This record gives sequence, C-alpha cells and structure tokens, in this order.
Amino acid sequence: MSGGHSTYTPTTGFGKWFDARMPLPRLIHDSFVSYPVPRNLNYAYTFGGILSIMLVAQILTGVVLAMHYAADTTLAFGSVEKIMRDVNSGWLLRYLHSNGASMFFIAVYIHIFRGLYYGSYKAPRELLWILGCIIYLLMMATGFMGYVLPWGQMSGWGATVITGFFTAIPLVGTWIQELLLGGFSVDNPTLNRFFALHYLLPFMIAGVVVLHVWALHVVGQTNPTGIEVKSKTDTVAFTPYATLKDAFAMILFLAFFAYFVFYIPNYLGHPDNYTQFDSLKTPAHIVPEWYFLPFYAILRAITFNIGPIDSKLGGVLAMFGAIAVLFVVPWLDTSKVKSARYRPSYRVFYWLFAINAIFLGWLGSKPAEGWYIPAMQISTLYYFAFFLVVMPVLGLIETPRKTPNSITEAVLEKNRGGSGHLAGATAVPETKG
Amino acid sequence: MKKILACLVAAGLFALAGAGIAFAQEEAAHEAEPTHFPIHKPKQEDWSFAGPFGKYDKGQLQRGLKVYKEVCAACHSMNLVPFRTLGELGYSDAQVKAFAAEYTVQDGPNADGEMFERPGIPSDYFPSPFPNKEAAAAANGGAVPPDFSLIAKARGVERGFPTFVFDIFTQYAENGPDYIHSLLTGYDEQPPAGMEIAEGTHYNPYFIAGKSLAMAKPLSDDQVTYDDGSPQTVDQYARDVTAFLMWAAEPHLETRKQTGFGVMVFLVLFAGLVYLTKRKVWADIPH
Repeated sequence: MSGGHSTYTPTTGFGKWFDARMPLPRLIHDSFVSYPVPRNLNYAYTFGGILSIMLVAQILTGVVLAMHYAADTTLAFGSVEKIMRDVNSGWLLRYLHSNGASMFFIAVYIHIFRGLYYGSYKAPRELLWILGCIIYLLMMATGFMGYVLPWGQMSGWGATVITGFFTAIPLVGTWIQELLLGGFSVDNPTLNRFFALHYLLPFMIAGVVVLHVWALHVVGQTNPTGIEVKSKTDTVAFTPYATLKDAFAMILFLAFFAYFVFYIPNYLGHPDNYTQFDSLKTPAHIVPEWYFLPFYAILRAITFNIGPIDSKLGGVLAMFGAIAVLFVVPWLDTSKVKSARYRPSYRVFYWLFAINAIFLGWLGSKPAEGWYIPAMQISTLYYFAFFLVVMPVLGLIETPRKTPNSITEAVLEKNRGGSGHLAGATAVPETKG
Repeated sequence: MKKILACLVAAGLFALAGAGIAFAQEEAAHEAEPTHFPIHKPKQEDWSFAGPFGKYDKGQLQRGLKVYKEVCAACHSMNLVPFRTLGELGYSDAQVKAFAAEYTVQDGPNADGEMFERPGIPSDYFPSPFPNKEAAAAANGGAVPPDFSLIAKARGVERGFPTFVFDIFTQYAENGPDYIHSLLTGYDEQPPAGMEIAEGTHYNPYFIAGKSLAMAKPLSDDQVTYDDGSPQTVDQYARDVTAFLMWAAEPHLETRKQTGFGVMVFLVLFAGLVYLTKRKVWADIPH
C-alpha cells in the first residue's frame, strides 16, 4: 500500500543536488510525511511511536549514567549512590532510566495487546509481528541485565535465580549457566559481562526496530476494522494527521511517566535493592521486576513431574514456551476476520486473557505456597489454552459479525447522523501535509 | 457460550471461597507461631515530606541528627553521607565544620608511610562505629547492625491488594519511614501467650523478618535533650530520627518534587495545546 511513486519534490537547488546523490530526505519524506495511514486509527495505535521515544530516552539517559557507573562488585552500589547524591541531576537521570524501563514495558504490553485485539499479526504482517516478538525478547534480556547493575540484593539474587533456570536444560544447562555467570556464582565477571551486554542490546533493539518499521511500511498499518486499505479515501497523510495524534499521546504518556519519576520513583522497584548484594544473605522472597512476574508465576506453576521431565525443567519449558508461543500466533489464529470488533466470542476470551495475564502477574509476586499454587496452575492453563485452543478452534466455529466493505464505509457508518458535509470530507486531499 | 462462561465464573468463585476459608483457619492456628511477618502492619503516620509538595522540616531533621548521633551511631554506620551535606539541615558552614571536627577520622598514609588520626572535615563521611563487619557482628551477638544511609528506602512492608493500587493515586511512598517509626515505638507490646522468643532477641510485632530482633529497645523517654522545646518522648524521637533517615536516603527529595510540579504543569499545558491543534487539523476528516 505504500507502493506508488514518491511524491517528494525537492525545491531548492541544494535539495535537488542532494536528492540525486543520496535520497535520504526523500526516504524520510516518504516514510514520515506523505506515508498514508488509515484514517480510523484510534489511540491504541499511538504506542509504536511512544515506544520509539522511550527507546531513545533510555539510550540517552543510559549513556550518561554509564559515564558515572563503575561495573565492579566493590564499586557498583556506591557508584549508583554517587549518581543519586553527587552527580548534577544524577537522581533525575537514574530515576528516569529505572522508571523508563518500566514505562517501556507498560507501552510494549499495550502495543502487544493492541495487536492481539485487532489481529495485527495476520497475513501479510506475520514477519512484522515476529520482529516485534524479537524486540520484546531483547527488551527482556536488557531489562533483566540492567536490574543487576545497581548490585543490590534483588540484583544479585534475581541474577542467581534466573541464570539458575538454565541448569534445568539437560546436558548443556550447567555449561550455559557458567557461561552467563562467567564462573560458578554471581560475581564480578557476571557484573562485567552484564554491563557490556546491557550497553550492547539496546542498539540491537534499535536495529530490529528499523526492520520492524521497514516491514510496517511495506505492508501498511492495520486499523480497528481489520479491513485493508482499498482506496485513497481510506487514508490520510502521516503528517500532519498521525504526527499530531501521536504527539498528543506521547505527551500524555510522558506526563504519566513523569508522575512516577517525580512523585513515586521507587514504587515499581523493590526496597531490597537499596541493600548491597550479599551472597551469604538470601532475601525472604526473591521476586523479579514486575514486568516478568506473569512468567515467574508460570515457571512456578509447574510443581509436578511430567514423564521424564522433572518439575524444574517443566517450569522452565513452560516459561520459555509462554514467550515462544507468541512467535507462532499468526498461524494459530484461524479466523478469516482480523479485528475483534467483529468477533464477539473472541472478544470475551481476549478480555479474559488480559485479566488472567494481570492476575498471573499478581500471583508472580506471591510466594509459591497455599492456594497460590493451584491459582497459578489454572491461570497458566488458560494462558496456553488461549493460544493453543481458543485461537485455532474459535476461528473455525465462530460466526463473525458482518464486516464493512471499506474503512471509509465504516467511518461514514459511525458518523452517520453527524455532520452533513461527509461527502466532501471523504475527498480530503493527501497533500495537506 | 454464555453458559460455559457462567460455569467458569462459578467454579472460580467457589475455588476462591474455599481457599479463603482454608486461609482463615491457617491464620487462627498461627497466632502464637506466626509464619508471616511483620505481625502488625506499620502504622501510617503524617510526614512533612509526603505528598506532591512535601518538604523536610529542618528543625525535625536537626533533632533527628541529634538522636542518630547520641543513640543510633553507637552501632549503626552511615557510610554514604558526608558531613558537607549537613548544610541542607539548616546549619551554617561554620557549624558543619565544627560538627565534623567532633569526629576523629583515620587518614594517611603520610609522607612517612604512617596512618594517622585527625579531626574530621566537611568532606569526610560519617565514620563507622566498628572497624569491619566481623567486629560489628561480634559486638552485637552475631547480628550486624545495618548501615543507615539508605535504610529508609531499603525497608518497606508489602501493601497488598488493593492498597498498592490506591498508593499510586495517593502518592504513598513512605513505607520505609512508617516501618522505622512503627518498629522503634513497637517494643512495648507483649508477645501473645505461648509464643517463644529466642534468647538474646526482643519481641517486636512490627519487625519485618521475624517475631523478634537482636536490637533491644533503643529509645526511652528523656534520653536525648532537645533544646527547642519538643517533647522528649520515644514517639517524638522515633519520628525525628525517621525523618532524618529519610533525608539521608533521599537528600534531593525536595528538589525532585519541586521540579516535578513544573514538569507536570508544562506537560499538561503542552498536551492541551497539541490536542487543540490536533482537533483543528482533524476537524474536516471523519475518523
């Protein structure tokens, strides 16, 4: 849909000279100015833009923090406190960075759930979705390693627990764990390699983001109707329409972000991380960052052996499986209709899934005891059933509601009885930008 | 479809109710031998530094410093806090210099390769009461007294659902101070009948990691002399030293909240302007 020739026409002599040699301004113009987007995108579609500014913000604050940080077990904790106390605006940089990670995940979860609701993963957007899953995986690795750097109790013990997962893998497990740790336990080599990787991975994320946006610009955006763009009246130019809408959403999101940074900066953290890591003193409950909690609950839900697979390996498989299943979602969903707007039954299961995911997160923060364990098991079961049973089966048996013929028709339907100049409005030229 | 859902919901509720009953029975059985700590949740206090416009009360911080110096500092270090920052408590440079000079710090080596002792200067940090962790443990029945630089942020009792959701809106960020104040004033409660308290430890239902802790009741009435007429009670001492510890853990709290107000006002106004622009641009396009 982004096909068709470029509308970029350089006006100055220099512009023409440059365009003939390296058409970078043309690429930017075609991608972010004249690029057509569906006219009916709602605010759920603004999180892609929000995620890109969050990535930039994390890299910028992170680079400055790295100038003051010392990746050494004897110095790390103190250097972070030096940043908090003595570096000019160091407290701001550090709180922006630590809360920024949480905001990044809030935005990515909304972005993913948006995709699941509107069927954004369906053909021809399978690769786009998979690239997104890869970004999510890289984000998880980055977030985990970043949490280790302040060298608090949860840093060290979280790293101990998470690298311990790998020992469940037969034959090579211990070798992988020792490779990750750079030794037999969490120590200086661990901190050094985690710092190196924590600095590297964001740039890998940026690289995959480029591919993600590239793939998006080839196949075009989905929209709440799930109907592909058919004519020019279905779209508006990226600038000023999407640009302004995205900008408004970004500022609101930044206000939400700022509220946490300035008023409750430690709300999303754990008090134990303000105590320096002590490898001889285990905290009462080791919990990962909040954004890993649903997976932590799935890990601990497997308390039983399945044939030759013991409960430890089973838990690790379930946890990795919970992420791996996302990669095959495009082929699990058998429905012909993309958007949940026209799939009343899917909508029910979808919202149950969303509530269940939040519940899993809450369970993840609880110790594995008492009724929490059966609750974790039931929730885990539904998590997988949603992907492996509901998605394939529902697509075959469900009768979707009638879908509109085009985006324009859907918009006009919605606005019927509204303003009287619709006919004229549909012919809005794309050249406004 | 609806029937299946109704069944699922019913089954879920049933399971929850069952779990709830089991849980309540378990709780009753554990009154004498509790398994979850703290036994009592911390009492929520009013703090001058709470809320969006919170500020430290300088008089209170000075009293807190006095309590720390005369009572807590005998066992608890404060390694990350330098004397030079005490100016933020309202002291003049000369007062800070005089305060630092009351301490003796080790320096060196000098030109002869010898370590030597000298009076403290503002760039020094609060010296530790013990030369190392082992000495601290040996002097305190095996329990190392924790460093106080970050203690007000390093302690916090879980709030539980749904309180932790409301905390976002009420900006509740005083878990640490509430915990410290409750712990310091919680020593007078007697353990329930039948509870065994390990020798050398002291019952405190507010302690986060057990029914009793190694530290004996540290404060008593009239222990520290206040010269500003504030009541010389355990409660007041606990309050003051807690506020001081919050300052030690988060010295830039006031700047943070003041900056935050400006940032929030700017973002809200900016959002309003961009929204109006967006509405104008989209006015002719049904969407």
